[in-house]
Amino acid sequence: MRKAFLFVTLLFVSAFLLLAVCELRPFGEPQTAVMDDYFIDHAQGEIAVNNVVTAVVFDYRGFDTLGEATVLFAAVVGVLALFRKLREDER
Amino acid sequence: MKDQGMSVIVRTITRFVYGLIIVFGFYVIMHGHLTPGGGFQGGAVVASAFALLLIAFGSAGLKGRINLHWLQSLEEVGALAFVALGFLGIGTAFFYNLLANSGGFLFGASVPAGPNAGILTAGGTVPLMNWAVGLKVMTGIAAVVIIMLVGSRKEEAE
Repeated sequence: MRKAFLFVTLLFVSAFLLLAVCELRPFGEPQTAVMDDYFIDHAQGEIAVNNVVTAVVFDYRGFDTLGEATVLFAAVVGVLALFRKLREDER
Repeated sequence: MKDQGMSVIVRTITRFVYGLIIVFGFYVIMHGHLTPGGGFQGGAVVASAFALLLIAFGSAGLKGRINLHWLQSLEEVGALAFVALGFLGIGTAFFYNLLANSGGFLFGASVPAGPNAGILTAGGTVPLMNWAVGLKVMTGIAAVVIIMLVGSRKEEAE
């Protein structure tokens, strides 16, 4: 009974994945490229940065990087708070 | 389990390698606006050198050399510098790049269009943010690794 249930689930998942593969776009042809082309064309002129990824991460999407930095800060603060008792023992 | 670190082979190789790892990490941070990499990646590389030292020599070899309070303070300095650089262009928008193409001495150079090697003194706030984030990541991860390893070793000893 359990095996039959697993088999049906597998069939369903494989069927949907196969359906998705049939509808894939050709490789390297995104649906819209307006944003990508803007970044690639204007990164050198506007920000004077050759690494377009860095231009996106630190300038066009700087606010997102602020969120990432906040995640790291929260992680560090959490670890330090978790191990606070050990550090108090050292003193 | 005594906290002696690893074997002589590992410790000798570590003495050769850890300086190179730190230099490579600073290179990745410094050239973040020219080559693949940046603050996050370079900071993680530098922090991995601290982790290597800690594993190879044990937490006893680190005692007295690195101050955890300094690491914490530097992490907060990096975070505040990043936010301050974001606020620098608040006259136009949050995270507006005020210094790029300004012609000033602080990363104000311009880059010719098309494929080229890039200029190290260009990019405005982007290289400065790379340094801020790099400082934050390297000290943050180093503090986490140190306190977790020291804490787990202490529990084993008890």
